[in-house]
Amino acid sequence: MTGILSLITFSPMLGVAALLALRAFSAGKDAAGVAHSAKIIALVTTLATLALSVLLVAQFNAQEAGFQFVETVNWFSGATYRMGVDGISVLFVLLTAFLLPICILASWESITDRVMEYLIAFLLLETLVIGVFCALDLVLFYLFFEGGLVPMFLIIGIWGGKNRVYAAYKFFLYTLLGSVLMLAAILAMASIAKTTSIPDLMVFKFDPKVQIALWLAFFASFAVKMPMWPVHTWLPDAHVEAPTAGSVILAGILLKMGGYGFLRFLLPMFPQASQYFTPLVFAMSVIAVVYTSLVAFRQTDIKKLIAYSSVAHMGFVTMGIFSGNAVGVQGAIFQMLSHGVIAGALFLCVGVVYDRMHTREIAFYGGLANRMPWYAAIFMLFTMGNVGLPGTSGFVGEIMTMTGVYGVSTWTALVAATGVILSAVYALSLYRRVIFGELVNPKLAGIQDLTLREVAIFAPLIASTLILGVRPGLVFNLTAASVDQLVGVYKAAIGG
Amino acid sequence: MTMNFQDALVLARPEVFLAGATLFLLVYGAFRGEKGMSEVSIGASLALFTAAAFAAIGPDGAAFSGGFIANSATRFAKVAVYLISPVAILLGDRWLGRVDNKRFEFPILILLAAIGMGMMVSAGDLISLYIGIELQSLALYVLAAFRRDDAKASEAGLKYFVLGALSSGLLLYGASLIYGFAGSTHFDVIAQSIQHGTTGTGVLFGLVFLMCGLAFKVSAAPFHMWTPDVYEGAPTPIVAFFAAAPKLAAMVLFARVLSEAFGSAIDQWRQIIVITAFLSVAIGAFGGLAQSNIKRLLGYSSIANIGYALIGLSAGTAEGMQAVLVFMVLYMIDVTGFFACLGALSRDGKSMESLSDFAGLARLRPGLALVLTALSFSVMGLPPFSGFWAKLFVFKAAIASGQWILAAVVLLGSVVAAFYYLRLIKTMWFDPAPGQTDTPPVEAKGVAFAAALFCFPLVLPAMAWLEPMARTAAVSFGLK
Repeated sequence: MTGILSLITFSPMLGVAALLALRAFSAGKDAAGVAHSAKIIALVTTLATLALSVLLVAQFNAQEAGFQFVETVNWFSGATYRMGVDGISVLFVLLTAFLLPICILASWESITDRVMEYLIAFLLLETLVIGVFCALDLVLFYLFFEGGLVPMFLIIGIWGGKNRVYAAYKFFLYTLLGSVLMLAAILAMASIAKTTSIPDLMVFKFDPKVQIALWLAFFASFAVKMPMWPVHTWLPDAHVEAPTAGSVILAGILLKMGGYGFLRFLLPMFPQASQYFTPLVFAMSVIAVVYTSLVAFRQTDIKKLIAYSSVAHMGFVTMGIFSGNAVGVQGAIFQMLSHGVIAGALFLCVGVVYDRMHTREIAFYGGLANRMPWYAAIFMLFTMGNVGLPGTSGFVGEIMTMTGVYGVSTWTALVAATGVILSAVYALSLYRRVIFGELVNPKLAGIQDLTLREVAIFAPLIASTLILGVRPGLVFNLTAASVDQLVGVYKAAIGG
Repeated sequence: MTMNFQDALVLARPEVFLAGATLFLLVYGAFRGEKGMSEVSIGASLALFTAAAFAAIGPDGAAFSGGFIANSATRFAKVAVYLISPVAILLGDRWLGRVDNKRFEFPILILLAAIGMGMMVSAGDLISLYIGIELQSLALYVLAAFRRDDAKASEAGLKYFVLGALSSGLLLYGASLIYGFAGSTHFDVIAQSIQHGTTGTGVLFGLVFLMCGLAFKVSAAPFHMWTPDVYEGAPTPIVAFFAAAPKLAAMVLFARVLSEAFGSAIDQWRQIIVITAFLSVAIGAFGGLAQSNIKRLLGYSSIANIGYALIGLSAGTAEGMQAVLVFMVLYMIDVTGFFACLGALSRDGKSMESLSDFAGLARLRPGLALVLTALSFSVMGLPPFSGFWAKLFVFKAAIASGQWILAAVVLLGSVVAAFYYLRLIKTMWFDPAPGQTDTPPVEAKGVAFAAALFCFPLVLPAMAWLEPMARTAAVSFGLK
């Protein structure tokens, strides 16, 4: 099966090639028809990538903790092309491949301008994101990580809302600033350890003083990406301005790159520094959980509210990761996957009404349950998932991260637990204001319920939310071996 | 060290051949007049390709009593310079044809500049250094003012000339001080006398003056003032030439002087280079923010980029020299593509120079807009474009030599600079278009597309042979 990772990573590029060929051969033909075929090409490509990823997960040996399907090609002295997945990254590959067809379908009718470029940007983004999760070489990792800025910048800037230029700049410059610090750290690591291979670096012992500097540099980059309080302010802007599918991919996948970075780099490579900074991370996490929940409550824009709730949920993730025990880390991984599905679905829910009414003001809506019963039901399910109702996948992640943290810092777990209540406050009040009540606004009188296409988009998301909520073991079976090894190495390094 | 005249000629074969070809083409052009311009251009391009081949296969050694050096570094630089110069001839020749100013002197001047650059990279003593620099610079002054009926171009040429003459004066003064204190113009003799401590501090005064002159030639801060003005005033296809190859040649010369003649005074010159590098990146980044003219903006961008290259130099190691060479070659291709794009774009016969002219280009000319976008991301240093690899090597060398703080500060500077490339991209993709553009000329479009294709994805496989080649070249500077 060697080579499957490269195939998965670069299969979207085949779609890009097909789109370019379509463009070259369709000059002067009916634009709508061409756009339709372009969408079908993109959908087929992403579905093929999904099929390959499912195959990858099926072939994955869950008993083995190390990297599997490793590919190594020497490139030049600065970098090696080295790919591989372990129990932690394989699920993120699947998540990415799972969300991309949904993004394409979600844009089916809402994107009418420059369709071809839009699809190319998404396929390019898929390649880069999957590359991030598969790369086993620091330079290669950075290449994919940073390269993702380009398509996302264009997606927000070209197909975004009114204030898109500001949001695109803010997204780009914030992330770039974090990333260049990481680049400096990567180069420093390469010069100290004389290697850029991630598996080798994971067993390399850096001097604790050097670890502090390197940890801070990496942390800067991932904290912005995650995003953690107080560097989260780019996220609400980016979300509000991005097109629906852009928000889905941003919340669903791009944020997870930060958490993945914590797991892949900070804990195993700089264990002493991670331990040293754990109180800081805990503090930032609980502030994120409580503060952004309160901020979310005061929002008047549906998308902004969900964006702030994302920041709050990411607070649980960072907390869980730095608990340093298997329960917390497992919970964090689970929370990231579950949030990828639920937040993605919530942004799609916003997209549904936005496509119809072209506004995201909460005050504009109200009483939608009268006209859109299916929509109300689906929105309800994902709202509950966001709140963390038992039975949905949202519950598992929150309870596990808090359990993991409880043993390490009771206070942190205690304060974070209020976040669960706060999330119920803002999410349910959003639901009440949008869905329940009388249908007062006359403009809403003619609003239509979900179309078949929209139901088809939500179906896999509903299924995974419920299945993961009832059978979280599906995830833990895959991650257990790698997480145990990670935690074992971490504990051994800090002497705990 | 001594070499008979015949062997010396073999060593200098690329330049001797080019000089002969130049003289022949000059006479040929004089007889054929305006009609012969294209023929002279083709002849000049062929001569450059031949010279590149000669340079690639030539032997190593030092000729003319050590005044002329040939080694892996000169080979590397000469092949790069001789291969990029025909691109300038192509761009300029077609452009002059369009503006009805067919003068056969144009390719001749490019050839002369190329010979000068060949001399610069091969210079083994202060005299050949000066001859190389002057030959190159004089040709460039004339080129900048080549459209003599255009007031702006004449102004640019004059400014370039006056400031260039000043810097040459500084350089000569430095050279004479060095000669006075070290007792020789030869780099290796200078190196020996410094090592034996017989020169005193006087030679360091000379070094400082020399470095000022060289900093001027590569347009490093604080000797950068001429760059934006000349870039703005001179015709675009000509800027495409002197923004690329001469910078590479001057950087190699800079590296040679510092490593071979002043290798043991590294602690002294390193401070100067560090400060120059820092200033260049800062001025390039912040100065570019306020520009609305795209050529001026590229002028500032080149100042910043020279700053990055100088960081590689400041490492003072073989790795640093390798980084400089890789950086300059990749940068040269980016910048040529950039100016080719600008040359390709015009509206109602007037070239598009203000940033607002580029509004909505993605709709009008999607191909060229894509090229400009790729090149912008590349110059910004974003992976996977070629500019990223260039910066990667530079910073790796800087950090390996212990210059953490400089690397970190300059990396932050690159975020500032990112803003103005983003602004260009934003203007092209997000803003509505004011009106149609003219049909772009084929050759400029071709060059632009080729450069963009190189900056991604061709650079990825290309690095696999560029990197070892630059490593071999870097070893010849004699640093560890």
